[in-house]
Amino acid sequence: MLKAHFEKKLPSFDLEADISLSNGILALVGPSGAGKTTILQCIAGLQTPSQGEIKINDKAVFSSEQGINVPIRNRRIGYVFQDYALFPHMTVEKNVMYGMPKKDNSPNKVLTVSNVLEMLKIEHLRQRYPNQISGGEKQRVSLARALMTEPELLLLDEPLSALDQDTRKTLQQELLRLQAQWRIPFILVTHDPQEAEMLGDQIIKLDRGKQETIKMSDKFNETLRKIK
Amino acid sequence: MSLMDFSFIPIILSLKVAFAAVIIVTCTSIPLAGLMAKREFLGKDVVESIITLPLVLPPSVIGFMLLFVFGKNGPVGKLLEQWFHTRIVFTLAGAVVAAAVVALPLMYQSVKVAMENVDPNLEKAARTLGAKELRIFFTITLPLAWNGIVAGLVLAFARSLGEFGATLMIAGNIPGKTQTMPLAIYFANESGDTRQASILVIIMTVFSFMVIYGLNRWGKGSQKDRKGGGDHA
Repeated sequence: MLKAHFEKKLPSFDLEADISLSNGILALVGPSGAGKTTILQCIAGLQTPSQGEIKINDKAVFSSEQGINVPIRNRRIGYVFQDYALFPHMTVEKNVMYGMPKKDNSPNKVLTVSNVLEMLKIEHLRQRYPNQISGGEKQRVSLARALMTEPELLLLDEPLSALDQDTRKTLQQELLRLQAQWRIPFILVTHDPQEAEMLGDQIIKLDRGKQETIKMSDKFNETLRKIK
Repeated sequence: MSLMDFSFIPIILSLKVAFAAVIIVTCTSIPLAGLMAKREFLGKDVVESIITLPLVLPPSVIGFMLLFVFGKNGPVGKLLEQWFHTRIVFTLAGAVVAAAVVALPLMYQSVKVAMENVDPNLEKAARTLGAKELRIFFTITLPLAWNGIVAGLVLAFARSLGEFGATLMIAGNIPGKTQTMPLAIYFANESGDTRQASILVIIMTVFSFMVIYGLNRWGKGSQKDRKGGGDHA
């Protein structure tokens, strides 16, 4: 469950974000430079908002009023970078294991590297290095690496933009499947309205820092109907 | 003169000085470069200029400064004398200090540039994966700056081995004690002993070549291991 309401002053405009997401996929769509990535980075803690509040599962990770700014490493947020950001000097297996919580931190852990690699169909790439695998495979490794940290929220920054049409379609299905399986909220940044339409339970359009909701989640719509 | 008259001591002294200086330079320049490449702080430009200064100053100026600092009445020299009853001037330790000071900026620059070139997204990714800064430095930044570190090692070693001016001023030219190869070559040549000078010149050239060649090969080989080698499958 994510609740974020914050502002960030940028050189050319002020970014305003108001996001509420309990489950499913929120697609953030808009042209380049609209502030999509900045929103993700503020939520993850890679950038600091000018003011506002960000809560994950009712726990504030940022609050300008209360002076809270939880370090990135303690936010339990998975982040998939646009260029995958795989560590080039480590094998796929080492990459995926990098963020694995230590046993004593989560004693009931059932998630193993093999589970995650299998789930993303990259088991056979274990010993390969990032420069030995294709773009689509890199994206799967990047997803596996983020999921291995057992995050409470997954942020994806244009994860499919560098891939060819076929790989892209396969991975779109894969993302829907993963979300249904993992049951944590995903925020997906894309500049492709069609992709947003296909993946987003909720869609927010962003232009020069101003947001406009163009699709509400079904749950939200249901609640609205009940109120009416 | 037979080979028996030839003195190997300058070679041994030079190697001792160069290895000791490289260890000091490595231990200081890597954390220093990490700090300067990844952090912003007040007076950073001043610190940067001070580290790089020995690169542009004539060795005699550095020698003079070191004599001032480490001399009998210098701020550090006095403390060493009082606390440890030891001195650095006219000892092999002096030669090590001189070599380290002139070699530091070379290794520092090389490592810093390599660290700045490490994609910041990789460090950000490590942060989102829960890594602390020290772990990121040792597992991401340092291995990816490997080439720069090897290049820096080569430069620092070569510079330490060849240090002449500052060494002469702070360590003097005491045969068997502080007379390193470059000094031995200079003074042998001055006194007309061309044979001793030329043997040392050949040894120094061949040895320097071998070290640099070996380090370069090692750097390339280990980089290939780290990057996995091979082409995109």
